[in-house]
Amino acid sequence: MAIDKHTTPMLDQLETGPWPSFISGIKRLRDEHPEPRINEMTNDLLGQLEHSYETRKGYWKGGTVSVFGYGGGIIPRFSEVGKVFPKSKEFHTLRVQPPAGNHYTTGMLRQLADSWEKYGSGLVTFHGQTGNIMFIGTDTTNTQHFFDEINEYGWDLGGAGPCVRTAMSCVGAARCEMSCTNEFKAHRMLVNNFTDDVHRPALPYKFKFKVSGCPNDCQNAIERSDFAVLGTWRDDMKVDQAEVKSYIADKGRQYYIDNVITRCPTQALSLNDDDTLSVNNRDCVRCMHCLNVMPKALHPGDDKGVTILIGGKRTLKIGDLMGTVVVPFKKLETEEDYESMVELAETIIDFWAENGLEHERCGEMIERIGLANFLEAIGVEPDPNMLSHPRQSSYIRMDGWDEAAEEWFARQAEAGN
Amino acid sequence: MAEMREPIESGCPDPWQYMHPVMRKNFGMWKYHEHPRPGVLLHVAYSGDKIWTVKAGTQRILDVFSLRKLCDIGDQFADGYIHFTLRSNIEYMVSEESKVQPLIDSLEEAGFVVGGTQNSVAMISHTQGWLHCDIPGTDASGVVKSMMDELIDEFRNATMPNRVHITTSCCQINCGGQGDIAINIQHTKPPKINHDLVANVCERPSVVARCPVAAIRPAMVNGKPSLEVDERKCICCGACFPPCPPMQINDAEHSKLAIWVGGNHSNARGKPTFQKLVAAGIPNNPPRWPEATAIVKRILKAYKEGAKDWERINEWIERIGWPRFFEEVELPFTKYHIDTWRGARASFNSSSYIRF
Repeated sequence: MAIDKHTTPMLDQLETGPWPSFISGIKRLRDEHPEPRINEMTNDLLGQLEHSYETRKGYWKGGTVSVFGYGGGIIPRFSEVGKVFPKSKEFHTLRVQPPAGNHYTTGMLRQLADSWEKYGSGLVTFHGQTGNIMFIGTDTTNTQHFFDEINEYGWDLGGAGPCVRTAMSCVGAARCEMSCTNEFKAHRMLVNNFTDDVHRPALPYKFKFKVSGCPNDCQNAIERSDFAVLGTWRDDMKVDQAEVKSYIADKGRQYYIDNVITRCPTQALSLNDDDTLSVNNRDCVRCMHCLNVMPKALHPGDDKGVTILIGGKRTLKIGDLMGTVVVPFKKLETEEDYESMVELAETIIDFWAENGLEHERCGEMIERIGLANFLEAIGVEPDPNMLSHPRQSSYIRMDGWDEAAEEWFARQAEAGN
Repeated sequence: MAEMREPIESGCPDPWQYMHPVMRKNFGMWKYHEHPRPGVLLHVAYSGDKIWTVKAGTQRILDVFSLRKLCDIGDQFADGYIHFTLRSNIEYMVSEESKVQPLIDSLEEAGFVVGGTQNSVAMISHTQGWLHCDIPGTDASGVVKSMMDELIDEFRNATMPNRVHITTSCCQINCGGQGDIAINIQHTKPPKINHDLVANVCERPSVVARCPVAAIRPAMVNGKPSLEVDERKCICCGACFPPCPPMQINDAEHSKLAIWVGGNHSNARGKPTFQKLVAAGIPNNPPRWPEATAIVKRILKAYKEGAKDWERINEWIERIGWPRFFEEVELPFTKYHIDTWRGARASFNSSSYIRF
């Protein structure tokens, strides 16, 4: 039976131009898919979207939809104009956790596409801004059916609402020479320890883990996660002097003076008269720039580990916050290393769950109670690496100074410094 | 009622089973990479193994036909393995150089766009917008499509001083995140309140608590419990709208676009930075948003001409100074560029550093 297709003069203008068109894709589902349910649903979706373009307003409302046993993971959408566009009046998204690092086989993608076609609109995104596979558009009943089917072959829902969210990690050690840690293992150990907190939202607000294998931070972990793990190293960077010379022979000395030596944020590099490179590793802050420019010649050292920063988030409610260094360096080699990182995450989440206000991110709580109090609460000793610089204001009561200083020296002695 | 099935709480899947065999074999043992041409990366392992990555942009909102087409290409050229990047590009890995060009040809022939590597304008990071979000002031997919149509050559050819990450956000929550250039909704009027609905729909104390400037208070309106907004205090952020849809912040006329620059997540050469406001009052103009794209193109042109190699947009502006930036991109500087939020003072110039 032919469907009565909505006219979409504004959306049609998004079918012109060289970039692939999502409108053409939705129209293919409407016009060419063998399943009438999908034809009708995408037709009404296009109709509602055209209405939004005409009126410059959105017409989706949230609600409460979940799957049996879980409290979150679905983004419920009910149309405010469902009377006019009845076939897409329920148009929920399932957030599904991707494999760490976003690797897939075509076989698995086809299997997911087959399942989605049975129950949903046929629209999917790899991935949303929180990192989930987004299966966009199904009704309440089919939400459960689709989840049941893909859950049987290895896929689980991600987070939505005030809960531990789906985590993200870069391609990392799988294909990048900058990688300083096993991103996938850190990612999965962290988030899979909190599956209960992913599926049953009961925290003050969202909590995100992101793992980047090096300080280039391709996952935007410092800016966008409550618990950022960045790979780094603490011994000397590796320098292959023959490759340094080869780079200079290729592009010239001036290029490397202008683009490497003078761009080092701590002036830790110098180019010698014989076109070899000297590195002052004690001044180096592991920014990655020189490695990025000369990837054949310069490599991270062998004593690798991670830096952990806590409390990154966007504007709401007190303004943008970057994460703050809470663990300057931590080895991640043995199972115990990974377990102690997970324990730190548990300690932080437990304290925040107890002390965070409603809708207050972890970073905002730290801002409210002070970093020193937060460190004391989670049992982490203060370290100058946590700051850009020490305090400027003298307005503080300091009668505990002597004890604090003694503790510092005791800790230093214990660490063998 | 039929018995309900208990979920298997398997969480995040193990990627090992989905990873290209050359990547599994050389896991953690990569030595260096090269950039043989835009859209292609070559990684070389200590073992001597090589893997070429071909990156392509898609429409991101994929229909199953497009997804299967991408799978067909993966089966034909890339051993059936696929990787997605943070910015929703698709990547294919091949272990033989001879497969690279046929793979590129096949992707381009199917309408996908090879590029997005290194110093290119990357795929615009993308939110949901009118297609699926419950609070959007604009669309996302349409804005991205319109802009990428205009910026496609900069995606295909890596000729920028350094990479450029562009983001869009359909409300001031800013799911698009930080970008070298961000195009975000900026509301310019306080919410219009549908007082008939507030009592039934909203949990009033949590709405009051959500306001960053304490401008909302409970009130009786027309004999019904509702909320009122002190419009002199209101900063038009829209934070009250998600928990209370009758606080209508979206407005067909007064929800505008603003452009921000200089967000940079990397630690390279300097610490990560947040984006800064440069332009506002831009009409939210579907279906193609030409006014916003025109400003983005001016910024990109000035950056491309003026920045040194490896400078990101924030570093370029840091060097040339904000006065020259506004001059070069022909944008007005106004009192609205002066920050008023907490920590604002740190953004004031407390030195005699003036460029002439």
